[in-house]
Amino acid sequence: MWRVGLVFGAVACFLSLAGLVEALHARWVVDGWVSAGQVLLGGLLLGAGAVSARRTAPGLGRLTAGVVAGATTGAALGLLVWLSRHVDLRSMFVNASPTLLQLLSAGRPPEEAWLGWVAVGSVLGAVGAGVAAAPQRVVGPLATGLGTVLGLALFQELVLLVLQPEGLAPVRDWLFVAGAGPTPHGAAAAFALSAAAALVWQAVRARPGRAGVLPPRAARAVWVGVGLVALLALPLAGGPFVAQVLVIVGLYTLMGLGLNLEVGLAGLLDLGFVAFFAIGAYTVGLLTSVGQHGIAHWSFWAAVPVAVLVSLIAGVVLGIPVLGIRGDYLAIATLGFGEIVRLLVLSDALRPWLGGSQGVLAIPKPTILGFELAGPQHLYYLTVVASAVVAFVAWRLQDSRLGRAWMAIREDEDVAEALGINLVSVKLLAYGLGAAFAGVGGAIFAVMVGSVFPHSFQLLISIQVLALIIVGGMGSIPGVLVGSLVLIGLPELLREFGEFRFLVYGVALVAMMLLRPEGLLPAAAQRRELHALEEEKEAAVVAPEAAPEGGC
Amino acid sequence: MPILATRRMTKRFGGLVAIRALDLEVEERSIHSVIGPNGAGKTTLFNCVTGFYRPDEGEIWFAGQRIDGLRPDEIAHLGVARTYQNIRLFANMTVLENVLVGLHRHLRSTWVGAVLRSPAVRREERWAHGEARRLLEFVGLGGRLNFLARNLPYGEQRKLELARALATRPKLLLLDEPTAGMNPAETQEMIQFIRRLRDELGITILLIEHHMRVVMTISDRVTVLDYGEKISEGTPQQVQADPRVIEAYLGTRKVAAEALG
Repeated sequence: MWRVGLVFGAVACFLSLAGLVEALHARWVVDGWVSAGQVLLGGLLLGAGAVSARRTAPGLGRLTAGVVAGATTGAALGLLVWLSRHVDLRSMFVNASPTLLQLLSAGRPPEEAWLGWVAVGSVLGAVGAGVAAAPQRVVGPLATGLGTVLGLALFQELVLLVLQPEGLAPVRDWLFVAGAGPTPHGAAAAFALSAAAALVWQAVRARPGRAGVLPPRAARAVWVGVGLVALLALPLAGGPFVAQVLVIVGLYTLMGLGLNLEVGLAGLLDLGFVAFFAIGAYTVGLLTSVGQHGIAHWSFWAAVPVAVLVSLIAGVVLGIPVLGIRGDYLAIATLGFGEIVRLLVLSDALRPWLGGSQGVLAIPKPTILGFELAGPQHLYYLTVVASAVVAFVAWRLQDSRLGRAWMAIREDEDVAEALGINLVSVKLLAYGLGAAFAGVGGAIFAVMVGSVFPHSFQLLISIQVLALIIVGGMGSIPGVLVGSLVLIGLPELLREFGEFRFLVYGVALVAMMLLRPEGLLPAAAQRRELHALEEEKEAAVVAPEAAPEGGC
Repeated sequence: MPILATRRMTKRFGGLVAIRALDLEVEERSIHSVIGPNGAGKTTLFNCVTGFYRPDEGEIWFAGQRIDGLRPDEIAHLGVARTYQNIRLFANMTVLENVLVGLHRHLRSTWVGAVLRSPAVRREERWAHGEARRLLEFVGLGGRLNFLARNLPYGEQRKLELARALATRPKLLLLDEPTAGMNPAETQEMIQFIRRLRDELGITILLIEHHMRVVMTISDRVTVLDYGEKISEGTPQQVQADPRVIEAYLGTRKVAAEALG
């Protein structure tokens, strides 16, 4: 149990020294009371208690385990305070600033701060142990309430934007202190409301028979309707900034859907995926630009199909040489392709046509019947439509002869081939169609920025797209959207995370792999099986004597 | 005319000769077993017939066509299917999907058709799902359609692998130790099942098997390999009586005599 404490303590010290705690300290969760940084540290102490308690046999021992783990975590933080007084930490850790120390020691001398941390750690560790032992119906609503308050604080710019209209000013002023954070009474109200809602929801779900108010199909239709309205209203309510973030999320979704065909379905690890995004963008750029590199002055709508086709062909052409390469080697080979494409457009040799590092400029915005899709709020709808079409295509493909063949070669290439699957055509289709999807994203990117530069197509984008697929759930189409919202959208909205983006990425990826390797929204096959297991359990409960037999 | 024939087929791995100048003939609608000590070249033979390995010398003929040098998927299209010694399922796909992959070669839909989901594609998919369910019923997995293959118990994994192989509608089915790890009752069931494959579906079976009881019960012919060479061939009775076979299994006559006596 003290070992759990040490691990959490090390994490807490690391996050403090990396500067994340201090950065989050600048944001109030409850104005004048608690900051996000304090919530982070408190959450770690709580987590240490909960994890440690969960590893212990039920009983009073759990409480002890929680207290010890919490105290150990606290002691580690106390040690950091003590150390920073006696050693110049700043020469090694630039973020070990006086503000951080002030925050960690609460202005007390190191010895007192140390004791204080152990005490706070013990208490929170005990609470954590309590949370671990408490039944879900108690913890659920509490967690919902706390999560709502935290969300209100972290996304306050967003909430404030929605509350912008003058009529809502009283609500706004009651909920938030201008430029700081939620007011105490606002936070309390949000907590109470959401916790109560969670309780009601629980009660509804727990009703005998579990039949909802509406039949499942109708309920689903209602949810889809609500989702659609929210999707369409979001940029109008949130303004240009939110729309811009969502357009970027949409572009990553398009790329994610494409890479998902290759990696998630066909198991072809492609680290040069940004190349196809770049090819789509450059194709539209060259075909539509009114600047010096423009070759055709086409309209956006005429250029998009060409861009998709060019990306598709590029995907197939780049797929040919790597047909026989598997696994890790494939990742390295495709990594090379990504860089080759970027260096080609950057090169002096192609400068007369592609503009070198200056890029292709003066790409006009698309117009519909004379109406120009100028700002991000307009492009948002273009992105939504494009993503919906591409997701539809991906969904149809996934559940087809070709989709099954892709999954089969992901699982076992040799066996798939022995069952009559032509590896060459199936793989090239995966590369080609995946690239085509990315090409759609590139085309929208070109008109969004109005110009394309080689520097926009870094390796990092390929890695981010891969990361969002993993976080969302390999092979899962809704997972791609969730992944890009979480990994691309959230960091854009949480400005504090800006410089810690990759720290958060790393933590998120490691945590995903350890806790939920199937991703946030796993693919259909896994869900179907869970469903099958549930049905079997229910059948067994209803008629124990008629429990299904295993096979013949 | 034999449905499968190898002519002086040799396969080497570096300096090791895995199969040496093998002449093998498998009659249509027969159950033909290949036995031999570990490392005798049995699985290598399977890998050559299914196109995973290309023989260094000699020829392989299947149903009147030369198949050495063809790709595994081309050979599969001619009607050869197999199972594996260590079961190789598509572990993260459902039972139904595993069999649907087996049906791949009987489906025609292209990716454009799949996106548009034309009536022809829909009809084909309906047919494929029905066919897959029928096959799974046939092997006794009718109640497991939506399970992930990796979560099936061992015995059912074997059955699923068989169903997947049968989905390709093979003329020749190569079974690599189908009764490995089975208890006597399950083994008996498998023997019946293999017989049904031949009698009801008219499939020729080429079998690698270590259980001598199984081999002697169901085989029409037995080929014995040792160090990549055919040392004996004939009916189960003939092979059992062949001194060379006893020697290969138990060592030299002297050692055999010591071991027995």
